[in-house]
Amino acid sequence: MGIPILKLGHVLIASIQDALTDNDLIQLRDDLSSQVGWSRATGVIIDVSALDVMDSFATRTLRGIADITKLRGAKTVIVGIQPDVAFAMIQLGLDLDGVTTGLDLDEGLAAIGRGDRGDAGHG
Amino acid sequence: MPVMGDDGITVTIANESDIVTARQMGRALSEQVGFQGSDLTIIATAISEIARNIVTYAQRGEIVLRPVTANSRRGVVVVARDDGPGIPDIARAMQDGYSTGKTLGLGLPGARRLMDEFEIQSEVGVGTIVTMRKWLRR
Repeated sequence: MGIPILKLGHVLIASIQDALTDNDLIQLRDDLSSQVGWSRATGVIIDVSALDVMDSFATRTLRGIADITKLRGAKTVIVGIQPDVAFAMIQLGLDLDGVTTGLDLDEGLAAIGRGDRGDAGHG
Repeated sequence: MPVMGDDGITVTIANESDIVTARQMGRALSEQVGFQGSDLTIIATAISEIARNIVTYAQRGEIVLRPVTANSRRGVVVVARDDGPGIPDIARAMQDGYSTGKTLGLGLPGARRLMDEFEIQSEVGVGTIVTMRKWLRR
């Protein structure tokens, strides 16, 4: 099952709706990596609010997406990590240090706007 | 497909989509036992980690999920069994960040932190059995 990627201005939005297999995550990484190029996106938002588990593989892959898109000129923000999921991640020993996170889509868009060379609002 | 019997639910782990099945079945069973909220996420996450270890290191195995009662406490037990290569140095495998494969090396120590009880038996060339339990808080 592919994860749909929407484009809003210069931002790509991937909204995860279902439990993800490892292959789904790798597919998302590859899709975003190429789409950032041909859509000339400056930001990527991954909404994980529907995920009930973020294990070590999911966390490592999301971090990988943030690193790859950064090298491709776009900032990635992970939004919507649920409180229970955050708690389990900490217990497991996981973090997303160095990756921007936000509560929801609005915060994600705001975080990308702020990183926009100070000319946010010009569209 | 998962098999439900008197001994609980057995999920065959043979590929990465079975990891998702195992953690979903674990969550459903834990909910029936009476776990709520963050405990459900914690149990599902621990199952995800040990199921992935099977896929990564042994390729094939099974996870058995069962309700347990002991000393008037209720809980769930998760047994992960494989006949893979086994773990030569369990003490090292239980250290954070130690990995011989392509993982972060958080699976076993992380799962131990998530659950209340954690036991591991492993023999090189024979296989590995991980048993973990989570008890309902009273």
